[in-house]
Amino acid sequence: MTEHKIRVLVAKPGLDGHDRGAKVVARALRDAGMEVIYTGLRQTPEMIAEAALQEDVDVVGLSILSGAHMALVPRVLDLLKANGQGQVRVFIGGIIPDEDTPKLKEMGVSAIYGPGAPTEKIIADIHATVTDAG
Amino acid sequence: MSLAQSVLAGDRLSLARLLTRVENDTPEGRAGLDELFAHTGKAHLIGVTGSPGTGKSSLVNQLALHFRKQEKRVAIVAVDPSSPFSGGAVLGDRVRMRDLAGDAGIFIRSMATRGSLGGLAQATAGMVQVLDAAGFQVILIETVGAGQAEVDIARLAHTTLVVEVPGLGDDIQAIKAGILEIADILVVNKADRPGADSTERALKSMLELAHPAARIFLHHGGPPSPPIFEAQNGGEKVEWIPPIRRTVATDGSGLAELLEAIQAHVEHLQRSGDWARRERTRLEVEFDLLVQQMLMARFRAGHSEDRLEQMLDAIQERRFSPREALDKLMEENR
Repeated sequence: MTEHKIRVLVAKPGLDGHDRGAKVVARALRDAGMEVIYTGLRQTPEMIAEAALQEDVDVVGLSILSGAHMALVPRVLDLLKANGQGQVRVFIGGIIPDEDTPKLKEMGVSAIYGPGAPTEKIIADIHATVTDAG
Repeated sequence: MSLAQSVLAGDRLSLARLLTRVENDTPEGRAGLDELFAHTGKAHLIGVTGSPGTGKSSLVNQLALHFRKQEKRVAIVAVDPSSPFSGGAVLGDRVRMRDLAGDAGIFIRSMATRGSLGGLAQATAGMVQVLDAAGFQVILIETVGAGQAEVDIARLAHTTLVVEVPGLGDDIQAIKAGILEIADILVVNKADRPGADSTERALKSMLELAHPAARIFLHHGGPPSPPIFEAQNGGEKVEWIPPIRRTVATDGSGLAELLEAIQAHVEHLQRSGDWARRERTRLEVEFDLLVQQMLMARFRAGHSEDRLEQMLDAIQERRFSPREALDKLMEENR
């Protein structure tokens, strides 16, 4: 039996076209031994939830720089739950104002990373939550 | 209800989960494969291979769209390489397949090679079986960007597409053994670029060298039966000459012609009996692999870790050759 690989969907919801951050994170997770499925730009919440289901991922990472996180994130969370994937951990990276952080966490987001967040921290957090989930 | 039963009932989450278990080779995954095996063998497996950057993912995207127009349910298994250092991977084939989102008749699954070298992962065949049992009529299997010798796909697929693009290599590349030999259909993608003519010409001349009868067929317009050829193929069988099709996967040009060629290949396989023959070869390879794994496990179970280490020491010190060491271990096990 081979070990269970952590599978992560890295997605860019909404309309901003900057995915350098998402790619840096994808690369770092790869170097940490995870399998990262990258969706590309301009994904709708529906597309992200569908990909998360087909790929049976443990973690969804959303990269949002557009400011539309309060609209996009709850939609993704709802769709994941509706698909029976409520156990999937959702991480957010990007520009998120401090006052939105508690609201997003309350909705069920595991962690939020701003610009300059060390990738080691993201990796450690993913390991911690996915192991928790069993 | 078992996971396999939910898959047969059409539940997509169960399908995704069973695929993971098969990929990880867990006991549940193995049980699922056993349960589903009777339902497999219906899908048309189409392999798409070629060098990195030739447009395999975009082509798969277009093929899926066209098969959907024929009301066929389509699954896609896209393989990308694992890092040999970290074991991790970035699987990016979905980026080119965004046209396929939101269609319940399509299921896309990305997978990493996890150390396999033949262009597929070890679990690819098993995952394809699950999708076959789940009722997908066409399964498109995209290999890693393959160079010259990654030919496992030809053992798995009924129809293998080898994708070339203008400007890669010359006619000496075209006569080397390996990936071009496995093509059932050759695709010159990015055919709107300069050099498409000479790429097609190089491929054509390669085919003429490989299929002497084909050349006569092409040049004189009738299928002669030279004695050598007849003897090799048992007389009445028709030889398949890989057609060359030009496509531009980003805008869909040439796709209708490519689909016709794929359909013609299916008819050829069925008429010639090759469909069943390929199936049998595939099952034989799969069975051999299981035998190897089982024997390996049994061998390891029969000797202590310490004893194996001792033997490795002896080999490293050149006291035994590897084969002598193995003979000794086999005797001890008796």
